Amino acid sequence: MSSSVAIIDYGMGNLHSVASALKHAGAGEVIVSHDPAAIGRADHVVFPGVGAIRDCMSEIRRLGCDTLLIDALEHTHKPVLAICVGMQALLTRSQENGGVDTLGIIEGEVRFFGHNHRDAEGARLKVPHMGWNHVDQRVDHPLWANIPDHSRFYFVHSYWVEPTDDNVIAATFDYGVSGTAALARNNLFAVQFHPEKSHDLGRRLLSNFLNWNGQC
Amino acid sequence: MPLAKRIIPCLDVDCGRVVKGVNFVGIRDAGDPVEIARRYNEQGADEITFLDITASHEGRDTTVHTVEQMAREVFIPLTVGGGIRNVDDIRTMLNAGADKVSINTAAIHNPELVAQASARFGAQCIVVAMDVKRVSHVDDTEPTSARYELFTHGGRHATGIEAIAWAKKMAELGAGEILLTSMDRDGTKDGFELVITRAIADAVDIPIIASGGVGNLQHLADGVTQGGADAVLAASIFHFGEYTVPQAKAYMAAQGIEVRR
Repeated sequence: MSSSVAIIDYGMGNLHSVASALKHAGAGEVIVSHDPAAIGRADHVVFPGVGAIRDCMSEIRRLGCDTLLIDALEHTHKPVLAICVGMQALLTRSQENGGVDTLGIIEGEVRFFGHNHRDAEGARLKVPHMGWNHVDQRVDHPLWANIPDHSRFYFVHSYWVEPTDDNVIAATFDYGVSGTAALARNNLFAVQFHPEKSHDLGRRLLSNFLNWNGQC
Repeated sequence: MPLAKRIIPCLDVDCGRVVKGVNFVGIRDAGDPVEIARRYNEQGADEITFLDITASHEGRDTTVHTVEQMAREVFIPLTVGGGIRNVDDIRTMLNAGADKVSINTAAIHNPELVAQASARFGAQCIVVAMDVKRVSHVDDTEPTSARYELFTHGGRHATGIEAIAWAKKMAELGAGEILLTSMDRDGTKDGFELVITRAIADAVDIPIIASGGVGNLQHLADGVTQGGADAVLAASIFHFGEYTVPQAKAYMAAQGIEVRR
């Protein structure tokens, strides 16, 4: 299957990595845009994100990307993959930048790891959480196909997602807290790590996404 | 501690060519940074660092092109450093496909650049590179008396800036990571300068990459276990085929260090 993918572009940083990783994973056509017509034609939608949440949210709203995302999720029912800050933007509120209201698509909070962050034994944990950590799968899901449980993926973030409803958690990571590595609800899948930077297993996850029809 | 310690091969690139050369079995072009990066990617390197030593302005266009090609083929994080002077240079490299940009001399001339870049692009992509030298001898009666300062121009120009205070300042301004190179050790194969690595790793919340002096696999392990580094960077031991990345990871794992395999 050679499906087309639209990466929602709200002008916050480089989307080439995501685009080239999707092509490498077998996407037929990759569109980087915030044009509703272009996104409307795509079979799959990716909601990426890098940078500070306040600037991301203001650009998401200014360019109408919140409407595009909700349309894909709730009206056209396309498979949607949110990545990193794209995932954090789905929650209700983030502690970053002194507190920012986010999209509220998934109820819950985005929290700071904290200064002088430590694990249960008191060992120092650096922030950002940067590097390859284990992803512990909590549910069976088409996006985990052929990906062994407890595999390592590349993370880089200082804030972590805590949804109100545990049932949406598709995977966790351990870094002083049991943080949400992935969320899944209906045709939405969201990851805190970067599949586009996670070598072969990242490519496998992107390929699974391209082959997904949005059903669980 | 589940997070893996990272192994980062570093490529020194001049006008689109790897300068020190690489000696891999079966590699087609030992000077092609894209081919070398692809090989390290296949070996299981955790990231790649690309240090641009191109002097000319025209040559820097070649660098951007090389970064673009590398980003299209290598699906692990890519850091680009060398000659980054301002926010526009950072944007150019990020748009070319770099995941992180490392700032060295420009941060010394204008520390606010770190704050501006971090606010605009996010702390996760701003690495501050520090080239340090020991400027006083260790006094046996006062082991903490050693002082380390920042140097520029490959260790030739002193700045008088004390290294630990500088690292703290960079972290406060919004650096996401520190790349610490000992100019006393760089090229010596005597191992990392562990005293200053440990002192800076303990002084700041952000991750530290140890660099300069790796001659064998024990040096990599020492950087983590004694230096407290979150990542270790090396060039020649990997380039000349003395060791592979999987050998380095097996060696570190045998000493109880978490690595990605």
